[in-house]
Amino acid sequence: MHLERPRNIAAGRLFMTERHLLDADDVRRALTRIAHEIIERNKGADRLALVGIANRGDDLARRLAQLIVEIEGTKIPVGVLDITFYRDDIGMTAEAPEVHETRVDFNINGATVVLVDDVLFTGRTIRAAMDALMDFGRPRKIQLAVLVDRGHRELPIRADFVGKNVPTSRAADVRVLVAEIDGEDGAMVEDEMPEGMDARGSTGGKT
Amino acid sequence: MNKHLLSMNDLTADEVVRILDTAESFREVGTRVIKKVPALRGRTVVNLFYENSTRTRISFELAAKRLSADVINFSTGGSSVAKGESLKDTALTLQAMGADAIVVRHSSSGSPHQLTKWVRGSVLNAGDGTHEHPTQALLDLYTMREKLGRLEGLRVAIVGDVLHSRVARSLSLGLVKMGVDVSLVGPPTLIPPEAQAWGVQVSYDVDNVLPKLDVCYVLRVQTERQRLEYFPSVREYSRLFGLTHERVGMLPDGALIMHPGPMNRGVEIDSDVADLPRSVIEDQVTNGIAVRMSLLYLLLGSAADA
Repeated sequence: MHLERPRNIAAGRLFMTERHLLDADDVRRALTRIAHEIIERNKGADRLALVGIANRGDDLARRLAQLIVEIEGTKIPVGVLDITFYRDDIGMTAEAPEVHETRVDFNINGATVVLVDDVLFTGRTIRAAMDALMDFGRPRKIQLAVLVDRGHRELPIRADFVGKNVPTSRAADVRVLVAEIDGEDGAMVEDEMPEGMDARGSTGGKT
Repeated sequence: MNKHLLSMNDLTADEVVRILDTAESFREVGTRVIKKVPALRGRTVVNLFYENSTRTRISFELAAKRLSADVINFSTGGSSVAKGESLKDTALTLQAMGADAIVVRHSSSGSPHQLTKWVRGSVLNAGDGTHEHPTQALLDLYTMREKLGRLEGLRVAIVGDVLHSRVARSLSLGLVKMGVDVSLVGPPTLIPPEAQAWGVQVSYDVDNVLPKLDVCYVLRVQTERQRLEYFPSVREYSRLFGLTHERVGMLPDGALIMHPGPMNRGVEIDSDVADLPRSVIEDQVTNGIAVRMSLLYLLLGSAADA
């Protein structure tokens, strides 16, 4: 799930910088590691299910399921969850948020469900996803896997499996690309910065 | 999207597609064990019905409840309207109680439009006189698209009492907007003279039209609205325009039979015809809930002052 943020590009005062976080190989390696970690944490893939959050989370969930089959030989069900009807900002945007497909056509009662999303930011999407999931049954456990954790949580939520931790400014725009939608895999951060500042200056952190 | 839904003319083709696509997601909600989502928690929807209705009122009530809105049903019997309160005063009372949406059915054409001048919330037309019934048209469009996979290029006949039918007007406008080829069929006395202006064809011979259809949409003979004699007898109407078993045989394979309900079995449609597998009248009712959820979500899910 990718929450839209208006981009204010005031000509002459601000300009956008784009920084690469992950390329296609990085994404592949991160997903492979996460697949191993999911199996390790749960001591196998028994009663395991993956539910991806639309958009892009569902594509990542399908790939993780494929990797888990290759590693463990166990086929696990994959669902897709649209959290729109569970958002906490309905009625606060100019247009009602756009709705995507939801399909959880397996029984989640007693299962360990791993929620999968592309970017973990405020945590509000995950809160909504947990509420949505509970309407389908009573999972034994819910875990969270994300490709990028960019910080700035507004709720007490943390991920169990993380592809890459990325320090960002609150205003930055982190985007994950998946081949199924965007034609290629990767992740990047787009930042606004005042004119004249060094492109690497504002993000500052570790290199 | 517009704040209100008064007429199919308020919607662009893109908006119709958006309403139907969103309804698709709400169909999924209707298949769950817990058929309810919190999208409109804390909002209040008032059903203001000045005319009798079973399916439309219950459908709107279920739609609002499945979105977690609070629903107030206000029917004119047993209310202040029976004491002579005007539509305006009733509307202002509902507004003072904080209604976010008013679903209105009224015997006077244009009364939902009047309501929009008096209240701040959204107004949804659930049938006004012989004018329009846009939510019925949208659920019919949804059902056709669901069953036949598309709308553009379909051939649909609306058969019967077009003159008194708000469904026929809304549906014609909606179908033409979506690129459907529409024929209105009925006795000349029951086809409004301005019908040509809706962008439809008119025919007085049902047998001529049936073999070329994807959908045969049968209208109810509305004896309660007919003040004059528009046809000699019910039996003659039934013989000339009723959808009988023989007439169903003239339809192409796979063509659908639809009816907005309530049916007069044996008048405009034979009893056993209504129960055929190709008659999708019950699907129309089921889809109505999802389409009305979609509308309430799209109308109330945006900021009130936007």
